[in-house]
Amino acid sequence: MTATKLLVENLHKCYASNEVLKGVSLEAKAGDVISVIGSSGSGKSTMLRCINLLEQPNQGSIALNGEALELIPDRDGSLKARDPKQLQRMRAKLSMVFQHFNLWAHMTALENIIEAPIHVLGLSRSEAIVRAERYLERVGVSHRAAMYPAHLSGGEQQRVAIARALAMEPEVMLFDEPTSALDPELVGEVLKVMRDLAQEGRTMIVVTHEMGFAREVSNRVIFLHQGVIEESGDPRTVLVNPQSERLRQFLSGSLK
Amino acid sequence: MNFEAINESLPLYFGGTLTTLKLLVVSLVAGLAVALPLGVMRASPKAWLSRPAWCFTYVIRGTPMLVQLFLIYYGLAQFEWMRESIFWLWFKSAWFCAMLAFAVNTCAYTTEIIAGAIKATHAGELEAARSMGMSRRTVLWRILLPSALRRALPAYSNEAIMMLHGTSLASVVTLVDLTGAAREMNSRFYLPFEAFVTAGVFYLALTFILVGAFRAAENRWLIHLKPRQ
Repeated sequence: MTATKLLVENLHKCYASNEVLKGVSLEAKAGDVISVIGSSGSGKSTMLRCINLLEQPNQGSIALNGEALELIPDRDGSLKARDPKQLQRMRAKLSMVFQHFNLWAHMTALENIIEAPIHVLGLSRSEAIVRAERYLERVGVSHRAAMYPAHLSGGEQQRVAIARALAMEPEVMLFDEPTSALDPELVGEVLKVMRDLAQEGRTMIVVTHEMGFAREVSNRVIFLHQGVIEESGDPRTVLVNPQSERLRQFLSGSLK
Repeated sequence: MNFEAINESLPLYFGGTLTTLKLLVVSLVAGLAVALPLGVMRASPKAWLSRPAWCFTYVIRGTPMLVQLFLIYYGLAQFEWMRESIFWLWFKSAWFCAMLAFAVNTCAYTTEIIAGAIKATHAGELEAARSMGMSRRTVLWRILLPSALRRALPAYSNEAIMMLHGTSLASVVTLVDLTGAAREMNSRFYLPFEAFVTAGVFYLALTFILVGAFRAAENRWLIHLKPRQ
């Protein structure tokens, strides 16, 4: 019996009259690697961004390690955290890796990684550096520690961004299409790092277009369509033997 | 060219250089210090924060610095209550009035430069900071400002050079800055060409030093935007 790490229930999100998420729920147990797939506009990124409140959902609940994030209505009708401190504490345990890396351009790779551990977790600079060097090594870019993001390849930038997320030693890692902005020949190096992380037993939620990764690495696949979870389950059954017509269409479109 | 007269007037010019530099440094430092919070306000999406800052920069940038200087130095002295107030200690001094006018002026332009740099910050970088649990304060001080102020550097170096030349207005309120020195030499020898060419050479030299200093600063702080060596 493994413990539930992240429990998201009944997420709704709309932009003006356009409802992007129509009640999405998701549970991640320790060690789960959940791939979220779906065509663009299906709401998968929005769902991920609602989990750490980068987008404010209109309805729903989010709990990490059994602790529910307290939400209150904002002026525009969406929900915001009642206590910003609680949100910050939860975000620190939910690190995110972005499609466009979002490294801080004015900091070197190493500085990018030590920044949040020092200023959010309260580590000393030397502790943070030890930690950063460990994770840079882990993702295979230690030789780039002193370089600025603009001087790194896309794949290296994304691996630094993964190291930055790892340095928070998060409970759950959120990946928002981490390979979609990369040149095809750089995708492999990032996927390999993610595969290793999955094998370490890290809890990960991965929004992705990489069907190979979804099939081979994740233990659960969620197929989102028009803001609803159309199908979910073990990738070997869901991807091999899709039940819904929409998933069948989606999969036939994504196979080359 | 009457080099003898120039040579004789050099001490006057050195004194003038010192005055010019004092005016420049004080107004830049004070202006920047106030422009920092104003720039943050100006870039805020909240109207009650950005509006007052916008009003300030609109009025100051919309009027000539000379007019502002005259208003502060001559205009305020017209009022009885001003002359009797405790502030008169400062406002009767041409030094103070010039520094105030210059500081307010550069502050307005610097506010706009900083606000522009803040607005140009890559939204994803701020999202990344928030997603790691940074408080608004930490995001501001650790990510937003360090990133924006670096980006503001080239525009700010322009502003500093404009201010160096702008300080020449101090000479019309009795201060003997570089331009004041030139006017004094002119009235002594009646050699306007020599007098103002000499001032021009001094300004040129100061500009050269300023440009060099900003180039060094850009090499230090904007290295991340330069192509890899």
